[in-house]
Amino acid sequence: MNSRDRILQAAAENQPTQRDLPVIGFERLIRYDEPAVVFEQVLTKIGGQLVRVKDLEEVKKRFAEEDQDKFCVDATDCTEEDRLKIKAWKATDLALLHTLYIRGSFGVAENSAVWVDELAMVNRLLPFICEHLFIVLEEKEIVPTMHHAYQKTDVSRTGFGSFIAGPSKTADIEQSLVIGAHGPRSLTIYLIENDSL
Amino acid sequence: MKVQDHAQAAAQFIKDEERTDWHDETLWFVRQKRDLAAHGIPEWEQLREWASQIKDHTLSNLSHYLESFEQKAIANGIRVHWAADGEEHNKIVHQIIADHDLKRIVKSKSMLTEECHLNEYLIQKGISVVDTDLGERIVQLRKEAPSHIVLPAIHLKKQDVSDTFHDFLDTEKGNNDPQYLTEAARQHLRDYFIASELAITGVNFAIAETGGFVVCTNEGNADMGAHTANVHIACMGIEKIIPKAEHLGVFLRLLARSATGQPVTTYSSHFHRPREGQEMHLVIVDNGRTRQLGRADFRNSLKCIRCAACFNTCPVYRRSGGHSYHTAVAGPIGSILNPNLDMKANADLPFASTLCGSCSNVCPVKIDIHEQLYKWRQVIVQAGYAPVSKKLGMEGMAAVLSSPALYHFSGKMGRTTLKYAPFLVNNGFNPWYKQRDMPAPPAESFGEWYQKNRS
Repeated sequence: MNSRDRILQAAAENQPTQRDLPVIGFERLIRYDEPAVVFEQVLTKIGGQLVRVKDLEEVKKRFAEEDQDKFCVDATDCTEEDRLKIKAWKATDLALLHTLYIRGSFGVAENSAVWVDELAMVNRLLPFICEHLFIVLEEKEIVPTMHHAYQKTDVSRTGFGSFIAGPSKTADIEQSLVIGAHGPRSLTIYLIENDSL
Repeated sequence: MKVQDHAQAAAQFIKDEERTDWHDETLWFVRQKRDLAAHGIPEWEQLREWASQIKDHTLSNLSHYLESFEQKAIANGIRVHWAADGEEHNKIVHQIIADHDLKRIVKSKSMLTEECHLNEYLIQKGISVVDTDLGERIVQLRKEAPSHIVLPAIHLKKQDVSDTFHDFLDTEKGNNDPQYLTEAARQHLRDYFIASELAITGVNFAIAETGGFVVCTNEGNADMGAHTANVHIACMGIEKIIPKAEHLGVFLRLLARSATGQPVTTYSSHFHRPREGQEMHLVIVDNGRTRQLGRADFRNSLKCIRCAACFNTCPVYRRSGGHSYHTAVAGPIGSILNPNLDMKANADLPFASTLCGSCSNVCPVKIDIHEQLYKWRQVIVQAGYAPVSKKLGMEGMAAVLSSPALYHFSGKMGRTTLKYAPFLVNNGFNPWYKQRDMPAPPAESFGEWYQKNRS
C-alpha cells in the first residue's frame, strides 16, 4: 500500500464518531451602524490610510499626478492588450515597481481587509512587489465581518486571491513594529463614496 | 540528540535575569494585545465554540475530507503528494528540486518543515534554502532554531540582531534601530525573491470543498516567493483541512487576534490554481497525526491552528524560553504534541507546566491543553519514561500518604528538622530551596491542634 492509502486508512480507522458541523448564526455577529467608518478606523490603526473620492475619474486624475519618472502601473481599467503585457511581466521586470493602482472587490469593516482576486491584480506578483499600493473600493461594497465576506464571493473563482489588510509589516525585532517588510511600504484605499454614484 | 531536558535548559535561560524579565514581559504584552482584540468582538466565545465544533466535525470525517480535498486540488491543477513521515516529506521535496535541478530556493514560515527538519536534510544533499520570514532569517543566520512559532526570534534582543546583520549583511556595527535592520533584511531578501526558482511555503488552512489552500503572513514573504518562482511547493499536515471556504470566516477572525492581537494578518492568500506556466505541488504529511487521532485523550491537540496564544500566556514558557522545549513546536501545545512524536525524548515536556489552565482559556479552538498535559504525565510514568528522581519521590510520597503512622512520624520529623537543623534542608540538594526560603515550622500539626481543641 502506498503512503496515500495508508494515511487515508489510518485516518478512517482512528477518527472518532461523527460530530456535527455547527450552524453559523449570523444573528450572533457584531453589527456596525456605519461599516465604512469602522473600516477607516481599523485601517488607520494598522498603518493604512483612506482617501474618499467621487468616482473612478478622480482616481485616474490622481494616478496622472503620480511621479511618472518612477515605474507606475494603473491596473484599475485595463484594455485586453494591457492585461497581456502586465501578465507577462516577471519578477525581474517588476523589481522597481513603485506605484500600483488596482481595484478591490469588497472590504471588511472589522479588519479593513480588502479582497483582491487574480482578475483584479492581473499579475499575481503586482500587489506584493510594489512599493506603494493603492486599492480602489466602493463604499457600498464594505461588509461587516469575514463571515459576510465569504458570502460575497467564491474564492476559487480565480486561481488566486488575497485579503489584503494594510501595508506589509513585521515586529520580529524586539516586537518593534516596522511598516514595509517584504511587500508594500504603504497602502492607500481610494473609497468611492456611496452618494456620488 | 537532546542534551538537556526542559528544567536544565530553563535553568540556563534564567541565569540572565534581566533578559528573562524582558522575555516574560514582552510575551505578556502580546497576551494583553490578544485580550484587547478578543474583547472587541462580542461573539468571541461563540466564535471559539464554532471553531472547536468545526474542527471536531472535520476530525470525525478526516479521511473523507482529505480525499475530497485531494480530488479537487488535482482538478485545479495542483500536484498532490502524500508523506507518511518527515523523512518521506523531505524526500518528496528533494525529488522535486532535483528533477528541475534548481538552486535558488526561498522558504516562508512552515512549522511542519521545521518539524521534519527539511533544511538540515536538504543541506546534506548540498541544497541551501533561504528562510524569508524576518525572524526565521535572523535565527537561520545565527544557526539557531526558532524559539516561538509566531515570533521566531523573540529570544533575541535588537543588539543580537544588529551583531548578526553586521556579520552577514554588512550593516553598521552598533546600529540597533529595528527600522534600519528591517530595511537591511528587506534589501537582502529582495535579491533572493527576484532570483528565486522555487518557493516552499506552509499552509494555514486547506479547503476540502474547493481544493485550495490559504497562507497567512504579515510580511508578504510567502506571496513574494510563491508568485516569483516557477515551482511552488506547499507543505501541510493532514489536520489543516477545513470543510468549506465559509469556515475561514471563523478561523481568520480568531487566528491573528489570538496570535498578536491584530484584527487579521496583512495577507490571507488563497491559492487554488498554479499561475500560467507555474508548477504547484502540495505535500500532505501524516508524521504521527493519524496515531494521535486514535488517542481519544489527545486527539483534540490536532485542532490547533498554531496561533501561539498558549505560549504567550504560559508562565513557564515566558520564563524558560522556547529553546528549553528542544522541539520545533514549543510551549504548552508543543508539550502535548511532541510526546506523540517521541514519548521518550519528550517525556520531560508535559511536566514543564504548572497546570494553571491559562493555555486552555485562551485557546481559540478550545483544546483542553492543561488536561492533556496532566494525562500525558500518567501515560509517561506508566510507560517508564519518568525521570528516576521524580519516580522515587512519588513512590516515597505514596508510601507516606498511605500509612497514618508514617505520615505523623514524617510530619514531626519535618517540623523538628526545620526547627533545630534547618541547614539540612536549606541547601542546594533541596530543589524547593532554589529561589525561596523554607517556611518557618509550625509549633504543632493540625492533628495535634485538633486533639487539644476538639472539646
